[in-house]
Amino acid sequence: MKNTFQIKLVSVIGLLCVALLAGALISPSQTPSQAQQPAPGSPATTSPAASPTAGGATGSTSAFGTQGQQSGLNIVVLDPAHGGTDPGARGTGGIRESEIVLDFAVQVRRALELQGFQVVQTRQGNENPSFDDRSATGNAQRGAVFVTLHISSTGLPGTARVYVNSDLPPLGNASGLIPWDRAQAPFLGLSKAFGNLVQGFLAQRFKGSPDTAQSASVRQLRTTAAPAIAVEISSVTVEDRADLDRMAPGVADAIARGAAAFKPSYIVPSTPGALP
Amino acid sequence: MTPSWKFWLIGGLVVAVFGAAIYFPILRRRVKRAARLQQQSEEQARRELTQPIAINPGDPRVKTKVFWVSDAIDSTLAPVTVELPLSNDPVLRSKQVLNTLLAGPVDAELRTLPPDASLLAFYLLPDGTAIADFSEALATSIPSGIVSEQLAVNSITRTLEANVPQVQRLKILIHGQEVETLAGHLDLTGTFVVNTKVAQEPGKPTPTASSTDKPASPAAAEKTPTPVLATLTADYAPGKLGQTESRP
Repeated sequence: MKNTFQIKLVSVIGLLCVALLAGALISPSQTPSQAQQPAPGSPATTSPAASPTAGGATGSTSAFGTQGQQSGLNIVVLDPAHGGTDPGARGTGGIRESEIVLDFAVQVRRALELQGFQVVQTRQGNENPSFDDRSATGNAQRGAVFVTLHISSTGLPGTARVYVNSDLPPLGNASGLIPWDRAQAPFLGLSKAFGNLVQGFLAQRFKGSPDTAQSASVRQLRTTAAPAIAVEISSVTVEDRADLDRMAPGVADAIARGAAAFKPSYIVPSTPGALP
Repeated sequence: MTPSWKFWLIGGLVVAVFGAAIYFPILRRRVKRAARLQQQSEEQARRELTQPIAINPGDPRVKTKVFWVSDAIDSTLAPVTVELPLSNDPVLRSKQVLNTLLAGPVDAELRTLPPDASLLAFYLLPDGTAIADFSEALATSIPSGIVSEQLAVNSITRTLEANVPQVQRLKILIHGQEVETLAGHLDLTGTFVVNTKVAQEPGKPTPTASSTDKPASPAAAEKTPTPVLATLTADYAPGKLGQTESRP
């Protein structure tokens, strides 16, 4: 009887040990996969998500296009850069670009909605869509502008810069199709106009910022078939994250006012079949 | 099999399981560290094979313009003139000026490229397209951001433009591979225009290295943004596409 009890006791201890070992082995490998999951409670995107078939730069079959939506700018596609396993720029104080831009996006979204825009986000939580997936989300919308949000690791802290894509070779075909890898080419003029407006409002709020948008070969912008800008805020090197958080309302306001000022000047062809 | 024998067997197994639970994570860490060390030594071996081209003192000393940051806070480039014996061969000359650029200025804060980055190879095609292959450190050690990545590429293209007129376009590779971006922002899939007077290659994305070099003017921040008065439309209406095509 006593022996049976001993054997039972030892078996229970043995099982516990196996469970402990399994736990020890599984827990380190779980951490990265958890990080890739969207933040809990993140709302489903309010937007018509870009369907895989809408990946073409033409974007003429988007839900908005077929609904005969009024022509003109009414959607802003917000792209909080990085995410998931890509934290973007990292500061010494543990500040991660991917987290801050997501918080900024919430405020920018609110400011844009107050101006009457519909907002579509390329990511809602801590995931990392590819550059092409993010562009596809934007390219699936009719009458949209695209804003990608970044925090730099250099530059004068407390300033913000707007970038538009560098010049791309003009489109040389008459088919009416835009090559995916140069989707931004026909929109460069519009992007510059939109970028200058946003940069102007940013410069009023954040002293030391340039007064006009600059051009750079930003990968995200190249495949975007819409007026598209990158807004980069300096920088992750600040000691306290609150210094960056304090900039969010100003950045949100500048983007919303810039989009509102740009709206009357952007006429989207509304003829069915016309691009976009 | 006596019960006490069973007890000791199970006890031994329990101890072994415990031991494994403690030892396994340590072993994993060691394996990871060993893999990292091996990677580093491969990179080291490659670097030793591709030692920077020694400057030949017999070459004529010429004034070389190297572009570094003008000020640690400001995101602008400024040329620094140094006298170097440079080869007349465009490939050797490019290697010499790029190695000088990589070596960095006296003030380390004014560097544009990470100190551990190196030039692995440099080729010049007959059409004026240069291919510069940098070590992985260029992508991994550079501060991530549009402004810092653009400064890095601009310093390379402008230094080549100022010293090697044969180079018209530049393609940047990282460790022999084409990469999508330098460090998450700047597009490296196309070629950068080095000599702006030369026509761009048609049909390929050709990011130009330009424009952040303008200093930000604080005075200009007072200006109100001018609204765009003219009505703008996307310039790819069918008629306009036709015009584009008819260009020579």
